[in-house]
Amino acid sequence: MSATLAFLGDFGDAFDYIFNSRESEAGGARVGGSELLPLLWTHLKVTGVAMAIAIAIALPVGLALGHSGRGAFATISVSNVGRAVPSIALIAFFVAFFPSTPEFWNVAVALALLAIPPILTNAYVGVRQVSRDAVDAARGMGMSSIQIVRSVELPLALPLIFGGIKTSTVNVIATATIAPLVGVLTLGDPIISGTVHGRAGQIGASIVVAALAVFAELGLSAVQRAVTPTGVKLERGASARAPRLGTLKRRIQTVP
Amino acid sequence: MSELFAQLQRRDRSGEDCVSENGICPDWIVDNLDRYVDPFWDHVYLTLTSVAIGFAIAFGLALLAHRRRWLVAPIVQVTGILYTLPSVAVFFLLLPLTGRGNTTAIIALVAYSLLILFRNVIAGFDNVPAESKDAGRGMGLTENQLLWRVELPLALPEIMAGLRIAATTTVGLAALAFLAGAGGLGAALFADINFRSNVLVAGGLAVLLAVALDLMILAFQWAITPWLRAAT
Repeated sequence: MSATLAFLGDFGDAFDYIFNSRESEAGGARVGGSELLPLLWTHLKVTGVAMAIAIAIALPVGLALGHSGRGAFATISVSNVGRAVPSIALIAFFVAFFPSTPEFWNVAVALALLAIPPILTNAYVGVRQVSRDAVDAARGMGMSSIQIVRSVELPLALPLIFGGIKTSTVNVIATATIAPLVGVLTLGDPIISGTVHGRAGQIGASIVVAALAVFAELGLSAVQRAVTPTGVKLERGASARAPRLGTLKRRIQTVP
Repeated sequence: MSELFAQLQRRDRSGEDCVSENGICPDWIVDNLDRYVDPFWDHVYLTLTSVAIGFAIAFGLALLAHRRRWLVAPIVQVTGILYTLPSVAVFFLLLPLTGRGNTTAIIALVAYSLLILFRNVIAGFDNVPAESKDAGRGMGLTENQLLWRVELPLALPEIMAGLRIAATTTVGLAALAFLAGAGGLGAALFADINFRSNVLVAGGLAVLLAVALDLMILAFQWAITPWLRAAT
């Protein structure tokens, strides 16, 4: 009984921390409430910069490799290696080896590297799974390679491409939480500086970060549905039970 | 020339200078390797326990949903939310319930792995050719026998692919377990996060562990699917 009350009390206090600012545990500074807004802003900024870098690199490379059909091995290797490197090790690597670069950029580049594999893999597989008949028809109509990529392969690959961007974004939002370990004050700051923000700050900031990740997931899922060409939706309805990726699925794991 | 000489001299000295200059110091690494032993085994323990529990739950759910297809969508939704929640946030959301320590870290890691494992087990069952199942039924197998003797063996490639992804991802996430009060290589890394030698050894050990687990599962798959080798 008392455990239940303590449980409710902890979360009640955490919500109070989210909505009302209070004096810090150590006294002096104000924490919580509107004081969270600068942290949220940094969190969004570092996420946005990292995603912009990642998309600018991974999307063209993925489309080009998918179009030419070369580089399956390289794509698989990048996504496998990317999974194996712990996020905190990558951030620490940049901070330790590039001490003169501002921490914000070190963190942004480390997060961008984490975001690249899912986008690259999904763009590659997305283009590869476009029906060869559609590509042949486009070529027969006299389209150039660039036109084929832009007007045929890209639209048909968009659902998978956005799946990759969605997964990466959620992942980057989650990982940006540990940026305060190297001095970039994101929403992870109350979590990591527990002595300043107290237990309510740790739990409250966790609620905010979790909500941010879920909102990003839901929002980008809506975008993903919106950009799916109607023809692809119809086709999926008709062949919902048939494996869509065929043999590719066994070799390259895409994300939802 | 004198510059080169100075460099040579610097290397000749004992590890002390290298450490104070924040270099990559083989001497220091060799001398201090023992400080990574315990965190490494903590990391192995966290990873293996989480993947094992996650696999048991996901496999059970998949068996349940295999015959009752309507369960797939809600299970994917619930495990999808667990997958979306940032692990660091989950560590602290569990704070009032389980406090700090290995239990909290393992619950969060299990929650994260469920979607990956469930999706792959279901995909494995879905990719079993209808002809194989018909042949099994024609031989008089019951649904239960069909599951264990035909469907499960033929689903192994996808199931094992899921295990490999779950294992490597969990190694990476377990590096954050120190925030939940559990140990692991993340604690060793964070203990001196600006020192290059430390970052390389702690990070490198985590990557090595991920690669080793990946190869072990691959070897296990090779050993338990002899028919795939006979076919090619």
